[in-house]
Amino acid sequence: MSNTVPPDDSNNAPLLPILDQPSSSRRTALKAAGAALGLAAFGKAVSPLMVIPENVSVDEFLQQHYKEMTNDDKAKVFARLEEEAKEHYGADVTISDPQAIPGVKFGYAINLSKCNGNGACMEACNKENNHHRGVDQSYIRVFEMSKGSLDMEHGSTTYDHTVPQDDKFYMPVQCQQCDNPPCVTVCPVEATWKEDDGIVVVDYNWCIGCRYCEAACPYHARRFNWEQPEIPAEDVNPVQAYLSNRIRPQGTMEKCHYCLHRTREGRAPACLEACPTGARVFGDMNDPDSDINYVLKNKRVFVLKEELGTQPSFFYFFD
Amino acid sequence: MSATTPETLTKVDSIDSVRSYPKFLWWGLSEATNGGVGFYLWMFVLTAISLVGANAWAHQVATGMIVTNMTDHVSWGLYIANFTFFVGLAAGGVMMVIPAYLYDDEEMHKVVIIGEVVAIAAIVMCTLSVVVDLGRPDRFWHLLPGIGRLNWPVSMLTWDVIVLNGYLLINLHIVGYLLYMQFLGRRPNPKWYVPFVFLSIAWAISIHTVTAFLYCGLGGRPFWNTALLAPRFLASAFVSGPAFIILVMRILRITTGFTPPVGPARTLIQIIRIAMTVNLIMLASEVFTMFYTGGAHAASARYLFFGLHGHHGLVPWMWTSLACNIVGTILFFMPAALERGSVRISACVSCIVGIWIEKGMGLIVPGFIPSTLHEIVEYTPSLTEWKVSAGIWAFGFLILTILLKLTITVFNRSKVTH
Repeated sequence: MSNTVPPDDSNNAPLLPILDQPSSSRRTALKAAGAALGLAAFGKAVSPLMVIPENVSVDEFLQQHYKEMTNDDKAKVFARLEEEAKEHYGADVTISDPQAIPGVKFGYAINLSKCNGNGACMEACNKENNHHRGVDQSYIRVFEMSKGSLDMEHGSTTYDHTVPQDDKFYMPVQCQQCDNPPCVTVCPVEATWKEDDGIVVVDYNWCIGCRYCEAACPYHARRFNWEQPEIPAEDVNPVQAYLSNRIRPQGTMEKCHYCLHRTREGRAPACLEACPTGARVFGDMNDPDSDINYVLKNKRVFVLKEELGTQPSFFYFFD
Repeated sequence: MSATTPETLTKVDSIDSVRSYPKFLWWGLSEATNGGVGFYLWMFVLTAISLVGANAWAHQVATGMIVTNMTDHVSWGLYIANFTFFVGLAAGGVMMVIPAYLYDDEEMHKVVIIGEVVAIAAIVMCTLSVVVDLGRPDRFWHLLPGIGRLNWPVSMLTWDVIVLNGYLLINLHIVGYLLYMQFLGRRPNPKWYVPFVFLSIAWAISIHTVTAFLYCGLGGRPFWNTALLAPRFLASAFVSGPAFIILVMRILRITTGFTPPVGPARTLIQIIRIAMTVNLIMLASEVFTMFYTGGAHAASARYLFFGLHGHHGLVPWMWTSLACNIVGTILFFMPAALERGSVRISACVSCIVGIWIEKGMGLIVPGFIPSTLHEIVEYTPSLTEWKVSAGIWAFGFLILTILLKLTITVFNRSKVTH
């Protein structure tokens, strides 16, 4: 084999420059190639994240906390949310923002002698509040309890027979709208707070989905949106409020809000309207003429887990 | 050498050109990514696993956390279990810092940086474990004070965010400063690191106490609502951390020939002996208080140890954890632990496994079973959760490997130049 370099090869450039480098710079070049490959692989691996810019607009990303929004900001946000509801769900909705009526403090009581476990309240809640249709969800859980014990360990939420059974009584449990709510204490971003009329609300566009409030709540009142809610357009309740029953985003918390889009306008919560036995009593505890005031004054009411010091605004009594 | 050699390809090797901290870090990174075939294979496997985890997480963010097995009943699972374990690992590094700086243990002083490096990797794994657990990671900025709304000092989660990031910064500073000084051949100025070291001692205790306070402050979760939770966390952290560090030192010996003096491992073993005993005594105290009193308060413990109402998903986990912890403790107490490497390694592995289960499946999950309304919904992690967690472990090991290589390289070089 000839050792002579062809005389007209004036460049003296090797075929593959990389092979002629000293080993340390070859190693560096290989590392650079490896890093580029790694970066490309990483980009491919996290590519499902691209769905975020598709589904979360810049406005939504930058949106401020509810308490920091001016009325103008809110109008823009509600308009955007209504547009998105139309786009994603095919439903024309209106999002309002009813404020707490000054001087009002809502309370709710269940007459355990009247509740017969029919579950109409759960269904009404599901329809009124635009719950995800995939999981048959409601903010209310009705327990079938054995007479002789108030211990829910011996109760069941999965009963599937005619009601009422002779030896049972029925106890619905939902958010107690506590006066000392553990969920509000633990939220790291103040996405949930207690309003002046006693309702504990959630800003669904501020919540980061850490689920600490769900861990803290002693009453299993909180629900998390494990996926994007699915509701057929015809099932959507179009009368919505920002802090209550609008269709919630994926990855955020939600809970019973005493149907504030109804109750702050003088109507009853959906569960109460649906109850056929009249077991539910709701109203302004500060109003001396209200039903709830009468119940609290004259019936022997109790609250769940009183020893925890949560001070619920949700009461139970037997008549 | 070809006439077309660009200059930039040889610059990195010239140590004399490294005269600033950023350049030092860049030099360190390029040195830390040099190694033999075994090293590259290790890094490749870790990278591959990390990418699998990243992909699984991206899928989770896009589709929603429905791809995990968490539910409204058991709303925290494998991610928070790992988080709890990693915080313990990070706090455990302090058990090297205390002998080195408070008791002037000369030999420990030589290897204490390993504990700090482990702390850095562990904190990164902690932070990742929490981020992957968020339903809306795109709203992360809501946590930033000033532009978001940080509910400090009321929410314990905000304390956790602050102390974990603070601990990371403290350790990054200490490690970076000491390595840089070592590299330059200069004596480190105590003013620049000793105060931070003492701060890190108190801070390490605080990170795990705050994490315990996350859980034990919740009145609605009687299984967690015990004053003993924070002390138990610390006791188990002072086992898992040092045990992990002993394993790291052993691996360093095998892969790089770096032979640490014998003293530090002995000290760590003594610490583990005490901490593990305390941990077991506390466990006994918890078990007695729950089962002797009985009642609804003990429902989670009954579920965990014996099963409840026909559900016993966690029973094998709990007894395995107990067995691992007891076997590990016995092994550590044997004189052979100080003499024979095989006994020591088995003891470390046994304790780490036992404590991982105890803090995860043995603490987080049973806090949710039975639920606050006494319903039983069981939980085992989904494939996505395993993938994401594996990715976090792999990425943590990647960081650990690079930092350790950087450390060893710096110390080797200074031996050569001196």
